[in-house]
Amino acid sequence: MAPEKQPQRKKIEATGQMMQIMADYFYDLNEAAASPTRKVAWCTSVGPAELLRAMGFAVHFPENHAAMLGATRMATELIPEANTMGYSPEICSYLTADIGAYLKGVSPLAKAYPGIDAPPQPDVLVYNTNQCRDVQDWFSWYARELKVPCIGISSPKNFTELTDILIDDVCQQMEALIPTLEEISGTKLDMAKLQETVARSRECTELWRQVLETAANTPAPLTFFDGTIHMGPAVVLRGTQQAVDYYQQLLAELQQRIAAGEGAIEGEQHRIYWEGMPVWGRLRQHSELFAGLQASVLVSTYCSSWIFPDFDAADPIRSMAKAYLSLFIVRSDAYKEAYITQMLKKFKIDGIIYHDAKTCPCNSNSRYGLPQRLEQQTGIPSLVISGDLNDLRCVSDEQTRTNVEAFIEQLEEKRC
Amino acid sequence: MTQGFFVGLDLGASRTKVVVIDDQGRLLGHAVKKSGINFAATAAICLEASLSQAGVKREEIAAAVATGYGRNNVVFITEQSKTEIGCHARGCFHCFPTALTIIDIGGQDNKIIKLDAQGKRDSFKMNRKCAAGTGAFLEEMSARLDIPLTEMNDLARQATEMIKLGSYCTVFSATEVLENIRHGKPVAAIIKGIFYSMIQRVLEMDALTEKVVLSGGVVAHNPYLVEMAEELIGRQVLLPEFPQLTGALGAALYAREATSCEV
Repeated sequence: MAPEKQPQRKKIEATGQMMQIMADYFYDLNEAAASPTRKVAWCTSVGPAELLRAMGFAVHFPENHAAMLGATRMATELIPEANTMGYSPEICSYLTADIGAYLKGVSPLAKAYPGIDAPPQPDVLVYNTNQCRDVQDWFSWYARELKVPCIGISSPKNFTELTDILIDDVCQQMEALIPTLEEISGTKLDMAKLQETVARSRECTELWRQVLETAANTPAPLTFFDGTIHMGPAVVLRGTQQAVDYYQQLLAELQQRIAAGEGAIEGEQHRIYWEGMPVWGRLRQHSELFAGLQASVLVSTYCSSWIFPDFDAADPIRSMAKAYLSLFIVRSDAYKEAYITQMLKKFKIDGIIYHDAKTCPCNSNSRYGLPQRLEQQTGIPSLVISGDLNDLRCVSDEQTRTNVEAFIEQLEEKRC
Repeated sequence: MTQGFFVGLDLGASRTKVVVIDDQGRLLGHAVKKSGINFAATAAICLEASLSQAGVKREEIAAAVATGYGRNNVVFITEQSKTEIGCHARGCFHCFPTALTIIDIGGQDNKIIKLDAQGKRDSFKMNRKCAAGTGAFLEEMSARLDIPLTEMNDLARQATEMIKLGSYCTVFSATEVLENIRHGKPVAAIIKGIFYSMIQRVLEMDALTEKVVLSGGVVAHNPYLVEMAEELIGRQVLLPEFPQLTGALGAALYAREATSCEV
């Protein structure tokens, strides 16, 4: 058969602007690390970044660095460096890839941003275990290695209702971080500054929500694969004006697409929900695989995890505690089922793909019967694919392709 | 009804299977060969053999569909390739047109496919990246025991006792096998345990509906596995006349349908 032209994902014009603000962010971090007057904090991706920003810290997010290691396909060769030190190949491959990169003295930042050699040296490491225990272990390794303080929040887990008792707990833990951070930064926490930062985070998150919800339109103007790239500012620059400005620009472009009836995928036939982490080293291949099947993977739990409607400038610390406890990942399966069910309806989904990531149990929601329960309740078919976020040794491209093609065949069959 | 002959090619990781059917879906010719390292060449040899058996000339082929891991490696197909999951489903439903659970045990992977009464897929599952329960597991055990694959079925059937293997990991299972040999356990009992382990691993993948079909090369060459599966499931299972050919048959049926759509 003559090869047919495969449908492609439509390019987002605002990408250039996003790359610019991300570059500015990384250069500023690099300068902060070299400056005798500025301080650098490392923070988990859903850690108390607003608190750190309001206190003047330049904030580095190791998860962002680890995702870059994955996307550049550097991770798989670096993970064994950590494995040989006793960090199992079964644990978080963000952790093992990032520590491996440190040990080998390499970083994707060096290639992307001339003049930057490595992530900035930290003055303090601040974690929140709302995602998993691994972030604490990850930061603790650096604390021992670099001899810097490591402080954090141990979040409760697997709850359905977010009660005052839980919020009080995290709120108190967050307040307890302040004296140490004041000592390291050499400045007192200015509550007005924190309020401004939380207000900007709220604005950023609200815009990010609107960006993602454009995909509820048919055809969807953006995909999950776009989301994984464009969520960068929502992760590393929330609380800043640059992030707010950027998402206004992106939203305007997507609204134009909606007005013009343009979808991200040419001839969208199937609307897919992605549950779990992306396979960072296979973003392009997966995007092309789905586009070629005229399937739009248009919404995900993962990208939606940086929507925090609870931020409230009037009550900044408590609202941060609430926002960071509202996360999908930290909730019970009962909550997760209800959440995904309403998303399926809102985005008019035909099928769900669960990525069972070998080294990320907390982001792999196919292990306790959730897909079967949801399929029974909603009638929407699902597929579980095995893989990993960063460790490509756990990924089988042929199995993924066969499974995805067979799943789309199944959706087509049922439609006839 | 479309006139002519239809070809289905199933280029599996272990074996290549080709069938030729007529417009009534009747099997006229077939061939099976080890896939080897040149999928295209193997497919061409199987095609010639199956056409010759069917008494059909190449120019009489109305349509051809490929499936399996090497589905994109052949040049003489005329229609869009289909996944082996779709083709096994289509082939088995052609043999047994009712709501089914299909258990396909292949050389490299296993599949459990559920069909509704119209033959449409409700769900499917493939094994994880692991050899447990696959033909590859059997091949590894055959090598460890230094017993040809072709002799394993009869040995398992003759066994008067069974040594169960506890692990689902092929490497751990091999260690268990060696340990049992060291302790002087009868080889036939070990092989029966290996068969039992294969069926157990497959049945663990998903719940079964009432009518169960077994397909794939492993059951085609090891009929004792079918008996063992029936014992474990607690009821008779359905077996196509040519269990190894259901994927290729499904591909040929897809070829027939594609041509009728165009007409």
